[in-house]
Amino acid sequence: MPSADAPAGLPDDLEALADGIRAGERAAVARGLNLVEDRRPEARPRVAALLRALGPGRVDGRRVGFTGPPGVGKSCLVNALAHVVRASGATVGVLAVDPSSKRSGGALLGDRARIDSRPEDAGLFVRSLATAGHLGGLARAAPAATMVLGAAFDWVLVETVGVGQSETDVEYVVDTVVLVVQPGSGDSLQFLKAGIMEIPDVVLVNKSDMGETARRARLELLSALGAARGAGVASASVEVLLASATRGDGVAELKAEIERHRAAMLASGRLLERRVGGQVEWGLRELVRRVGEEGLQREGGEAAARASIEARIRSGGGAI
Amino acid sequence: MGETRTPAAPRGPKPPRDRPWIMRTYSGHSSAAASNTLYRANLAKGQTGLSVAFDLPTQLGYDPDHALARGEVGKVGVPVSHLGDMRALLEGIPLETMNTSMTINATAPWLLALYIALAEERGVDPKVLQGTTQNDIVKEYLSRGTYIFPPAQSLKLTSDTIVYAVENVPSWNPMNLCSYHLQEAGATPVQEIAYTLSTAIAVLDAVRDAGKGGSAGKTGDAGALGLAGMTAVISRLSFFVNAGLRFVEEVCKLRALASLWERLGRERYGVTDAKALRFRYGVQVNSLGLTEAQPENNVYRILLEMLAVTLSKDVRARAVQLPAWNEALGLPRPWDQQWSLRCQQVLAYETDLLEYPDIFDGSHVIADRTRAIADAAWSEVQEVERLGGAVACVQSGYIKERLVESNAVRVREIEDGTRKVVGVNVHTETTPSPLLATGTGGAGAILALDPEAEAAQVAQVRKWRAARDEGAVKKALDALRQGVARGDNVMPLSIAAAKAGVTTGEWGGALRDVLGEYRAPTGVGRAAGGGSEESLAPIRAKVKALGERLGRNVKVLIGKPGLDGHSNGAEQIALRARDAGFEVVYQGIRVTAAQLAQSAVEEGVHLVGLSVLSGSHMDLVPEVIEALRAAGATNVPVVVGGIIPELDARALEAKGVARVYTPKDFALGTIMDDLADLVHRAHAVS
Repeated sequence: MPSADAPAGLPDDLEALADGIRAGERAAVARGLNLVEDRRPEARPRVAALLRALGPGRVDGRRVGFTGPPGVGKSCLVNALAHVVRASGATVGVLAVDPSSKRSGGALLGDRARIDSRPEDAGLFVRSLATAGHLGGLARAAPAATMVLGAAFDWVLVETVGVGQSETDVEYVVDTVVLVVQPGSGDSLQFLKAGIMEIPDVVLVNKSDMGETARRARLELLSALGAARGAGVASASVEVLLASATRGDGVAELKAEIERHRAAMLASGRLLERRVGGQVEWGLRELVRRVGEEGLQREGGEAAARASIEARIRSGGGAI
Repeated sequence: MGETRTPAAPRGPKPPRDRPWIMRTYSGHSSAAASNTLYRANLAKGQTGLSVAFDLPTQLGYDPDHALARGEVGKVGVPVSHLGDMRALLEGIPLETMNTSMTINATAPWLLALYIALAEERGVDPKVLQGTTQNDIVKEYLSRGTYIFPPAQSLKLTSDTIVYAVENVPSWNPMNLCSYHLQEAGATPVQEIAYTLSTAIAVLDAVRDAGKGGSAGKTGDAGALGLAGMTAVISRLSFFVNAGLRFVEEVCKLRALASLWERLGRERYGVTDAKALRFRYGVQVNSLGLTEAQPENNVYRILLEMLAVTLSKDVRARAVQLPAWNEALGLPRPWDQQWSLRCQQVLAYETDLLEYPDIFDGSHVIADRTRAIADAAWSEVQEVERLGGAVACVQSGYIKERLVESNAVRVREIEDGTRKVVGVNVHTETTPSPLLATGTGGAGAILALDPEAEAAQVAQVRKWRAARDEGAVKKALDALRQGVARGDNVMPLSIAAAKAGVTTGEWGGALRDVLGEYRAPTGVGRAAGGGSEESLAPIRAKVKALGERLGRNVKVLIGKPGLDGHSNGAEQIALRARDAGFEVVYQGIRVTAAQLAQSAVEEGVHLVGLSVLSGSHMDLVPEVIEALRAAGATNVPVVVGGIIPELDARALEAKGVARVYTPKDFALGTIMDDLADLVHRAHAVS
């Protein structure tokens, strides 16, 4: 298992790389991301070593995921939030996940075009990832990439490819999930059916400049969330916000709500539990992906594998 | 001329000849003075109107000494930075009789303001001025790329120009509805007409609504625009179309557009005056189909394309400008432009074309095809309306995606030979051309620009700024900012600013402050590519294997540095690369060298591809290479595509460019193969 691959000490170049990443150096962060994207078996010990060196991530770091149907303005919102965060002095790493074509394996990574980052500002870093056949709305390397960005920047914003039936993986890699919807799309019922309503910690109706339609969408969502809570599948305190990413309205409020959600998690001790839980869940999936169901049985079944992964993570070993 | 007739022909009185169309050549370069010399020479050769090409800084509201203008000053057109430049540009040319077409869009109100200011300075009443400002911002978002402000704010400026001109410069065409650039972006005839009419609807609705509540400044009571006002507006809107080689279909396309324009004016705006509803247009024939291989064949192509816009009297162009035979090689010389002008003159003066009524009247073949195009186009207009209109469809990327898809089909058809291009994918055998033999590497067959022109223009604009009354400039700029923020008509404010000595960059900066800037969707995110499945299989296998060897998928950055907005080539490369299995980062147009280097590093790409069509490759490409080096991306190969003369290509290779692609490299499949090999060599061989 992964822990067995890792050599005892950290090679010098990885030590330097980890230092560079922690210092938020652009080139180092990029190289760290290149490394965690590396699928070759021979790269795995180095990936594991780097992640162990970076540690479980700073408790004061913010990790926020954005999900929602294509076209609702997720990139625009991520851009707006990134700039509000930058204006407060904190640094931001953005991970933008785009779908790969099933047939060609290729991908157009277009989110970068909508995020206004500047060469002279090393405090805003953007990396695009393609799903490369991975289901669930994220790329295989997304959790490790989030850890790299989390070690380098104060905030990590993860943008998923958009919501389908099962694209809910983002909850395993971030502390706060923001579901972005658009007014007048009748999405709320769809979300309930698709199980998405279980996920969000914050719901945001974008394009609030649509006025009455946006306010009505907010009310619909509140009632859908109420129903989901009644059925025991939504968190108790989900706020529904209105914002216009293009105008910048409501973005400061979104930041405040994310902070509030995080503070509550931290106070109740759920923040670290959530991070560990997410890594365990993801680690288990990766294990199944690599060894298959039969392999899992050989490892002693799911419960045993889960326990072993959790023990490794709690001891600072990393999930992957 | 042409006096010989067959003996059987009746020798009645000489048939009356129609007046020929206005003959122009799209031109301008280096400086106002150099362009003025060129214009006067062209007029002396029988050209009957002017068509001013502005450089990219002028089109985008920057002064020549702005950081983003570097390498672009005087390249694709003339720099006009202030009233002094406008004076020099039109020195010795009578404004009261000249018909001047200006290809200017985002900064159209400003260039028209400079023209009007110059006329008033010379004592010419603006009411007699004739000409055109292109002023079609929608197609800039879709194809040409010289937009600045967000769509709604831009449409307000367009509407201001129209409202002002209809009242104060009544013989001026304040806007050309441009189908031209849609065809260059790959539009089918149906799409070309449909999206042009969708643009017309967006503009006319904006004008109508401005008339309802908006303020047109002191220029009149636009609130009472009413039917008379709408009739006046529609009568002053003209089109700028394109004509390709399928000239029978093009004739039908124009007849279809004429009928739909009339229908739109009647049905949507209630205009009944037949004269006001007449379809008037100027034309530049298709450049997309001109070839770099055997470029002399382009002379025939240009002639055939011209037939499409001249044969049918009912839809004959009011003004024609032809490209030059060597446009795919570089900038045409005065002689090349003369050769194109002579083509128009032979048709107009030597043939009998202008003696006949419409020669297609009564042809059911033409009528049927016309109807088919019109019906299909009208239903696409309805579709755009259903999706919220042209502006919504620009913002959502709907129209751009349709264009990118059509162009992908065109590119594939040329590649696989179903669309024949003589000298390119069929009949490629050739004897060395004596036309290209002058000089080495084709350097003698194109215009070489003065490399000192940019520095001279920078010095000149600084001198201009130093010599003017700063108090008056500040007052004019403050008034402009406040007025535009209030929603006043931009034209009177701009004319006052022009007279006060304000520069193009200051005007653009003031409006950027108030209106903000915009980035349009790239259209490549969801568009379907044009490559066929079986042709793609080998390259996909190659790219996949390479990715496995590298440990992650091969990732490339496609970049458009500089101010050039012609993104069709970059889009097609991005799409095909995606379909070949590459992961492609594409950020759209106008990305700086430093931004490209930042993207290359942050994204961890294996290769960078640059596209430059403005002729500024010798400045921009080395700048990007330097920025990549500075950012630490030393082992990332750089390839370049564009209209790049042979000598420049060699020079770029000497500066570290791995490959240079020009229009003769039409086979995208071969380029993809190259890219994979370059990545392999740079990253997988240790």
